[in-house]
Amino acid sequence: MEKKTQQAKTPRTNTTQEQTHTVTAHDLAKQQREISVAEFFAKNRHLLGFDNPRKALLTTIKEAVDNSLDACEEAHVLPEIIVEAIEMSENRFRVIVEDNGPGIVKEQIPKIFAKLLYGSKFHRLKMSRGQQGIGISASVMYGQLTTGRAAKITSKIHPNEPAQYYELHIDTQTNQPKILKESIVDWHKDRGTRVEIDLEATYSKGSQSIDAYLKQTAIVNPHATIIYTNPRAEQLVFSRATEQLPPEAKEIKPHPYGVELGLLQKLLGSTTARTMQSFLTTEFSRVTPPIAKEICEHAGILVNVKPEMISREQAERIIAAFSKTKIMAPPSDCISPIGAELLEKGLKKEVKAEFYCATTRPPSVYRGNPFIVEAAMAYGGEMQADDMVRLYRYANRVPLQYQQSACAITASVIQTNFRQYGLQQSKGALPVGPCAVVVHIASVWVPFTSESKEAIAHYPEMIKDIKLAIQECGRQLARYVLKKQRLHSEMTKRSYIEKYIPAIGTALKELLSLPEAQRMSTEENLKELLEQKRGALAHIEASNEEYNEEFALVGKTSEEDIYEDDAEQETEENSEDEK
Amino acid sequence: MTTTVSAQITQVAKNVFEHIKKKELPSLNIPLRSLQNVTYDPKEGYFELVGKEKERALTASTVKTFAQTLLMMNESKKIIDTDDIATKREVYYISKNWGDARFQEQPESDAVMDDIEAMLHVNREQIGFIPEEKGGEVAGNLIVIDKDGEGNRLEIDCTKFGSGAYSVPSSVEHLQFKTNAKFILAIETAGAFQRLVKHNYWKKAHCILISMGGVPTRATRRFIRRLADERKLPVYVFTDGDPYGYLNIYRTLKVGSGNAAHINKFFCVPQAKFLGVTPQDIIDYKLPTHPLKDVDVKRIKDGIKNDPFVQAHKEWQKALDDMTKMKKRVEQQAFAAHSLNYVIDTYLPEKLKKQETWLP
Repeated sequence: MEKKTQQAKTPRTNTTQEQTHTVTAHDLAKQQREISVAEFFAKNRHLLGFDNPRKALLTTIKEAVDNSLDACEEAHVLPEIIVEAIEMSENRFRVIVEDNGPGIVKEQIPKIFAKLLYGSKFHRLKMSRGQQGIGISASVMYGQLTTGRAAKITSKIHPNEPAQYYELHIDTQTNQPKILKESIVDWHKDRGTRVEIDLEATYSKGSQSIDAYLKQTAIVNPHATIIYTNPRAEQLVFSRATEQLPPEAKEIKPHPYGVELGLLQKLLGSTTARTMQSFLTTEFSRVTPPIAKEICEHAGILVNVKPEMISREQAERIIAAFSKTKIMAPPSDCISPIGAELLEKGLKKEVKAEFYCATTRPPSVYRGNPFIVEAAMAYGGEMQADDMVRLYRYANRVPLQYQQSACAITASVIQTNFRQYGLQQSKGALPVGPCAVVVHIASVWVPFTSESKEAIAHYPEMIKDIKLAIQECGRQLARYVLKKQRLHSEMTKRSYIEKYIPAIGTALKELLSLPEAQRMSTEENLKELLEQKRGALAHIEASNEEYNEEFALVGKTSEEDIYEDDAEQETEENSEDEK
Repeated sequence: MTTTVSAQITQVAKNVFEHIKKKELPSLNIPLRSLQNVTYDPKEGYFELVGKEKERALTASTVKTFAQTLLMMNESKKIIDTDDIATKREVYYISKNWGDARFQEQPESDAVMDDIEAMLHVNREQIGFIPEEKGGEVAGNLIVIDKDGEGNRLEIDCTKFGSGAYSVPSSVEHLQFKTNAKFILAIETAGAFQRLVKHNYWKKAHCILISMGGVPTRATRRFIRRLADERKLPVYVFTDGDPYGYLNIYRTLKVGSGNAAHINKFFCVPQAKFLGVTPQDIIDYKLPTHPLKDVDVKRIKDGIKNDPFVQAHKEWQKALDDMTKMKKRVEQQAFAAHSLNYVIDTYLPEKLKKQETWLP
C-alpha cells in the first residue's frame, strides 16, 4: 500500500519541477515518507465504516460481536455474548462486548486489538465473519482518536489461569500496539474475552441501529445467545433457538481458477514441495497428479522442475494453463450454510405473514472461491401491499444494513421479474407488495465492495446464483399468491350470485306474471344451480406460531423515536438508501 | 307488429323460466355484432349477419348482465304494451330502480339494449326505445306527408323552410312522399349543406338536399332509403375526402354497420353512389389539403384488412391506397379556395356529368 502511494506521486513531482524550476528533486525527496496503514485509515475512516458517529457505534459493536462469534465457533463453544452500550455523556459512549470463547493468549492480545491488518483469517480459505484483520483494531483506533482513551481488554484462556488485563493504544505512525497498562486480574468467567472501548458516537433506533443488527444476527445465528443492554438501559435477550452448533466449516487450499500471479509466485517461494507436480497437488485444491501433469503440459514446463526455479514468465504460463485445464469445482465443506429450515424459522420470528418459504442452493464458484446462496420469503399478513418489499441481506451470517443499493443482492432482486410472482414492480426498482425477502451468501471469501463490509460486489456468477435462489422461492410464492387471487375472485363471483339472482327473479315474475311462490322457487333453483357449479370453496390457512411480537418490534422505529431522533440523522439514512 | 314483439319477449322469458324450473342453466342467444360477423354481397347491397351467435349462458360471471337483460326486456314490454316510448337516456334512468342491478353509465345500458334488439331481430323503435340523436335535415323539391299529434294529415313542403330545413323525425316508417326531384344529394357537413341551401342549389339541379351531420342516424338512413325506393331516385353522396367520410359515413349509409347488422337490410341505402371528394379530385381540382393523421392511416389499414365492403370493391381499395400514398386529406369546403360558389357552379355540375369519376 505504501509503495503504491509513492509510485503514484513520483511522476507528478517531475512535472512540477520542470515547470517551475524553483523546487529541486532533493527538496521534494525530503517530503516523501512512508505512510503507515494506521495513518491511512485514520484519514480514511469511512472506508472502515466510521463515516458518522451513528455508524461508528454500530461498526464497533459489530466488529466485536463478529469476532466473538467466530472465536466461539472455532472453539466449538455455544456462543453467549453480552453487549452493552452506555451513554457516558453527550455523543460519548462506552461499548462493552464480552464472550465465552476460548480467550486469547497473552502475547497476542496487543497485536490483535492494536495493530491493523493483523489476524488469523486473512491468509486462509475458510468461511468466517471476519476476513481482513482490520475491524476491531480500527474500532480501537477510532475510539482513541475521538476520545483519547485506551481500549481495555480482559481475556482468560483456562479456568485455572488468571485473566490478562490490558489497556492499549495504537501508534498510528508505526501501526504498532502501545501498552499503557498490563496486569493480572481475577475474572469470574472460565474462559472468554471482554472488550471495552470508549468512542464518540450517537445512538438511534431504526432499521440501521445496533438493536436491529443484533436482532438480525440472532435470526441467522440461532445457536447464539445475545444479551444486550442498550443506551436507554433496556435489556434485550435473544436466546438461542438450537443447541446445535453449525457444522464447522473446513479450511481449504486455493482453487487454481481463483489464483492470480502474485499469489502463485508467493506460493512458489514458500512451498516445501520439490517438484512442480507435488507443488500443484499439495498447494491447491482439486489438483490430482494427472491434472498437475496436464497443467504442466499446457504451460510447457516439466513436472519435475523445482518450484523455486520457475520464472515470472513461466508462472504466467501456469496461470494461463489453469484456465485451459478442466478442474473439478472446489469442495464445499468449507462453507456452512444456515439451512432453509432455520432461515425460515428465523424469518417467522421477525415477520408476521401468511406464507413462508426458503431454499438453499447447491454450492457454486466465483473466481475459484466456493459460495452458497440461500433465500427465504414471507408474504402477506401484517405487511402492507403498497410498501416496497423488505430486503434482509446477510453475508457469512452477518446482517448487511448499509449501502443496500450498491449490493449485488439488491441488484439481483431488481433484475428478477417479481410481476410473475404476483407483486408489482417498475423497471429498475425493488418490487412492491406485502413481501419480505431474505438472502444469505456464505463463502470462504465474500467479495465486499469496501472494507466496511456493507455491500457485496457484482460478480456475474454470484448474481446468477442469487437470482436462481430468489426464483426458486418466487415460484413457491407465485403458487400461493395465485391461489389467493383465485380464492378472492371466487368470493367476488359468489357474492355476485347472491346479489343478482333476486333481480332475475323479479324480472321473470313481472314478465310472466308469476305468483310470489314461483318467484321464490325460481330464485332458490338458480342459487342451487350456480353454487353447485362452483364446487367447494378452497381454504387457505395462515398461522405462524413462531412469530414473536416483542422480538419483531426490536429495532423498528416507533413514532416516538422519529420525534426523538434529530432530523439530520433521518436524512442521512435516506440519502444512504438512495445512493 | 308490436304485439308480436311483446309476445317474443314473453317467449324468451318463458324459455328461461322453464329451464330454471327443470333445474337447467338458462341461456340467451345473442348474435355477435361486429364486422367479423357480417358478409357483403354487392348484389344484395348491404352487410348481412353471418349468424354467429354468442350464447350467454347464466354463470357467476354473466349473472349481472343476464339479470339486466331480463329487467330491460321487462321495461321494454311495459313500454310496448302501453304504446309509449322511452329515450335511451330515460331507459338508463329507469334502471336506477333496479337496486344492485342498476347501470353505472349509459354505455352499459345502450349495450344491453343493442343485445335485446339483436336477439329479437328487431329495430330498437320496435321495442319502444328511441335514440337521443337528431336525424338529418332536408331541403328541396319534396313534400313529406305526416300526421300531427292528434292524427291529422299534414303536408310538409321542404321548399318552404327558407334558409332553414326540415328535420327527419326519429321514426320514419309512416311517412309518405311527393316529389318531382331527379336525385337525392346526401351531404356530410352542415356547412356545405348551408351553402347549397342558401344558393337554392336544389332548384337549379332539381334535387333533394339532405344533411347527414356526420355518420347518418338510423332514422336518416331509413328516410333516404324509403324516399329513394318509393320515388325511384338515385342517391349521390358528398363527404369530406378522408377515411372517416369514406369508411364511416358513406359506408354506413350505403351498407349499414357491423353493430346493427341484424337490421341493416332496412337501414341502408344500397343504391347510393359516392360523388366526392375522392382522392383523385384532390389532384384534378388542385385542392388545398391537410396531412393525414395517425388515426386516419390506422382507419385505412383497418378498413382494407377487415371491412368486407372495401374488400368487395377494387375501386375503393385503390382510392384508399392513393390516399395513403398522398398522405393527404381534404375537406368539403376546400373548394372555397377557388371561389365561394365554385362548388355549386363548377364542381357538382361537372361531377354529376362524369359518372366515371364516382366510386361505388
